[in-house]
Amino acid sequence: MKDANAIELRNISKRFGKVIANDRINLSVRDGEILAILGENGSGKTTLMNMISGIYYPDEGQIFVHGEEVTIRSPKDAFPLGIGMIHQHFKLVDVLTAAENIVLGLSGPTKLDITAVATRISKLAHKYGFDIDPFKKIYEMSVSEKQTVEIVKMLYRGANILILDEPTAVLTPQETDALFAVLRNMRDAGNAIIIITHKLNEVLALSDRVAVLHKGKYIGTVETKDATVESLTEMMVGKKVKLDIERPDPVDPELRLKVKDITCVNKEGVITLNHASFTAFGGEILGIAGVAGSGQKELLESIAGLTPKESGEIDYYPPNKPMQEISKLSAVEISKLGIKLSFVPEDRLGMGLVGPMDMIDNMMIRSYKKGGFFWADRRAPRTLAEHIISELEVATPGVTTPVGKLSGGNVQKVLVGREISSAPIVLMVAYPVRGLDINSSYTIYRLLNEQKKRGVAVLCVGEDLDVLLALCDRILVLCDGRVTGIVDARTATKEEIGLLMTHTGKGARKDG
Amino acid sequence: MARNIHGAHEPLLHISKREDCGFLRACAVRLIAIALALVVCGVVIVALTGLNPVEVYAGVIDGAVGSSRRLWVTIRDTLSLLLVAVALTPAFKMRFWNVGGEGQVLIGATATAAVMINFAGKLPAPLLFAAMIAASILAGMVWGVIPALFKAGWNTNETLFTLMMNYVATQFVAFCVVYWENPAGSNSVGIINASDKAGWLPPLFGLTYGWNLVIVVLLTAFMYVYLRYSKQGYEIAYVGQSVNTARYAGINVKTVIIRTMAISGALCGLTGFILVSGSGHTISTTLAGGRGFTAIVVAWLSKLNTFTMMLVSFLLTFMAKGAIQIASQFSLNENASEIITGIILFFVLGCEFFINYRVEFRHRRREG
Repeated sequence: MKDANAIELRNISKRFGKVIANDRINLSVRDGEILAILGENGSGKTTLMNMISGIYYPDEGQIFVHGEEVTIRSPKDAFPLGIGMIHQHFKLVDVLTAAENIVLGLSGPTKLDITAVATRISKLAHKYGFDIDPFKKIYEMSVSEKQTVEIVKMLYRGANILILDEPTAVLTPQETDALFAVLRNMRDAGNAIIIITHKLNEVLALSDRVAVLHKGKYIGTVETKDATVESLTEMMVGKKVKLDIERPDPVDPELRLKVKDITCVNKEGVITLNHASFTAFGGEILGIAGVAGSGQKELLESIAGLTPKESGEIDYYPPNKPMQEISKLSAVEISKLGIKLSFVPEDRLGMGLVGPMDMIDNMMIRSYKKGGFFWADRRAPRTLAEHIISELEVATPGVTTPVGKLSGGNVQKVLVGREISSAPIVLMVAYPVRGLDINSSYTIYRLLNEQKKRGVAVLCVGEDLDVLLALCDRILVLCDGRVTGIVDARTATKEEIGLLMTHTGKGARKDG
Repeated sequence: MARNIHGAHEPLLHISKREDCGFLRACAVRLIAIALALVVCGVVIVALTGLNPVEVYAGVIDGAVGSSRRLWVTIRDTLSLLLVAVALTPAFKMRFWNVGGEGQVLIGATATAAVMINFAGKLPAPLLFAAMIAASILAGMVWGVIPALFKAGWNTNETLFTLMMNYVATQFVAFCVVYWENPAGSNSVGIINASDKAGWLPPLFGLTYGWNLVIVVLLTAFMYVYLRYSKQGYEIAYVGQSVNTARYAGINVKTVIIRTMAISGALCGLTGFILVSGSGHTISTTLAGGRGFTAIVVAWLSKLNTFTMMLVSFLLTFMAKGAIQIASQFSLNENASEIITGIILFFVLGCEFFINYRVEFRHRRREG
């Protein structure tokens, strides 16, 4: 029996304890169609896809594949049904080649004919327009090449229903375009494709239909051609949202931070920052863009005194006080000297906060040293925690709930709230809205703008170029640890930044 | 294409994490676990020995607390086990796997014995005690700090390092025993200062083990406060939870590792003092008696809460004392009673799973 629906879900529900992750979801994707699943974090997109690919088992409901009801208990059951999922985190063996990774785990003749495998891979690549070298080792590949290997792996195994979980999060604009071209070819060849994302522009550019989830509930499916950014946002958030990010003009920008020729080498001896230089001014937001792993983390951590520097100088200019060189200082010394540097790291629950501890203990990360010799003061941090809960509308049962139990947006509010509470002069934030829903994201943008208006020099590492272009005053672009350009965010385009992100960086540095 | 529509079933069990179990419910689960353990032990006793389990249990109680003397011996051993557990707690809270409690206790005991043997009669009693305490603390501290230095400096594996230090300590004690042998040829040190009892902890409030009680209870309370309310306690917690967070917070992680292991080792060393001066009055390679390892169980079973440790170390000592009793009373070997302790521990540890997780069985919700 052949059915136009590649996958159909009927009344699928999944609960985790008291939390209902999916509440009676009905959904279908046809052969030869790209379906985008849209929803904020925590709306249940990934849970739903994990049930199709056999990682979770639904509590209720039925799954039909090509019209037949199926039971998918593990990924082993999903494969013969032609279902392949490409996860956000790749599952590849670094030291093997693309071809070896693709056939890994497949049964076949005792003697492996790797040239035959390579030929088949090249055929697949030719058919859909992939760019892949079967004999390249994974560790030599860029993120986008690794992703290609994952997709080819699924196709090689005969998958005709592909699920991609946030595939563009790690790609440059150009790589995203290339991926979309390939996905369109695959659709035209009759495959069913499901793509999970929260980037609305991509949904509109790529998909045929959009299914929207909100807080675990299925809101509806619309034809992409009838949808707009506004209409999708409204479905996704459940109410109308103003999507403009405020950008006040900088008032009296004053030099606060000067970074000169910083070079960092990591434990493996790889250069992570290569003679990076820039300046940051009070009252402006300096965006930092780049493909993931281009040195963003090292840049912020070397300023914060958490990463040792090979060479270079960092000067800090506090208002009405003499300049201080902080390049030689460790985080311990920076906090001792009372340098007003706040840092919201990328790894919120692994560095900025401690998940199993409550809000008071987490406030104390910055303040426990104050006061006498023996006793740690818990009263001031408690007041601060209560203040943050009411000011930033943190949804939590109370100050003694472990922060790890809060949702992503609330965790970030706690962290940002603590960091701005010390009235910083330089505020560094890394991926401040990653994993946050739209409302929380706008709260964070508002907080950053408030700091900017207070005259704080804000450094903001981001991944969504649309957001950086709307929020920042200037954008610094990193590529392979080099500063490949500093552009004016009011006039720059996404394409321009995209080119700088992949720039090999030979003498093409200009100062903003 | 293989379709697994027919004959495929929903998985039999669903396991999901509990949000919050609640105190009373958790207590109930633990009580049920102990009750079940006693039932299973009963079955095992009947199957292996044909004895009446109720009599055996009565024997255990009699052996542990059956007379005033037995009760006090149980309390004395509970106290020394408790102090080792309290000593290990700051290290464990820092996620530093100090399995070297045994060696740290032994070396502290040896230092105590050295002072007792060499300075008895030469120093007034208060000074002698001060010297013994200082020597035991210092020795334990050194034994604890050595692995910490290597951990802080070169990130060596502290589990192996502290474990190996135990063997070094044992060999060192063996050497000292030969050196201090008394009487010659006995291959033991004998009771130190048996005639004048110099360096023996005197009774307090008329209780033979009064000093042991006071010292251990005070340190237990101190450790509770230190870990929960002091700045250093917070530093230990941050380093234990995430070294990255600790560095981010401007904590000197190396200093914290070394300082915490100094405390941990010092308290283990002090246990050595209590074992020599407060109860055994001798030194041998088996003086620590596995307390350094049992204390690990005590500490984790109590979830690093020093007050809960009082209860757990009493329970374990109670079972150990009872085991000796039933071994002689029913002419069983001691292994039989260790089986009982093992079964009880298995249930008590295993029930944590049911406190943290909920298990649901398969139930059909949709029509066939």
